[in-house]
Amino acid sequence: MDIFIGLLSTIGALAILFASIGVVRMPDFYLRLSVTVKAATMGVGVFLICAAIVFPDSEVPVKALAIIFFLLLTAPVGAHMIGRMAFRSKISVWKDTWIDDLESRYTVDEQDEKPSAEE
Amino acid sequence: MTLALYFDYVIFPILTLAVILSFIRLYKGPDVADRIIALDLIITIGIGMVTAFSLRSGQALFLDVAMIFALIAFLGTIALSFYLYKRRMQ
Repeated sequence: MDIFIGLLSTIGALAILFASIGVVRMPDFYLRLSVTVKAATMGVGVFLICAAIVFPDSEVPVKALAIIFFLLLTAPVGAHMIGRMAFRSKISVWKDTWIDDLESRYTVDEQDEKPSAEE
Repeated sequence: MTLALYFDYVIFPILTLAVILSFIRLYKGPDVADRIIALDLIITIGIGMVTAFSLRSGQALFLDVAMIFALIAFLGTIALSFYLYKRRMQ
């Protein structure tokens, strides 16, 4: 049992460590965002699954699953919001990025967005 | 090696190293958005650390702190990205 908990928490800690290595090493804001959110959410989720296994009373697994559900619900929403705002405020992409599907669209959008923002 | 010793000597140093690495990005991030995701990552690692400490000390009460951290992380991310949007508008 202890070996299983140790193995799971090692996986979680390594996922979190890889997320923060990625946030230091990646060359671009968007790559950093895509590395960070997924790996860190997975690591914390594995830790919370450990907590749900370890504590025997029935209250703790419900609490841990609630936190996991909340993280899985809010992390993509927050990441999408930051990514959208970063793209609209024209944070530059990496020089080797060769697919940019929104490149021509947001320049059009911005022109008819400005009058509505001044209301 | 017991599980508590394993948490003390392996898991917590790994998490601390992760926090230090993301503080590097928080310090030198070239834009505000980089700093926002570094802060988001730090709070997420904080949830993991609180959960790991709850596992290590055997007290399930600390999971409430983790839940509050999750709430605050989401609110802070949304508020900061909204600030970025408003700043671009001016």
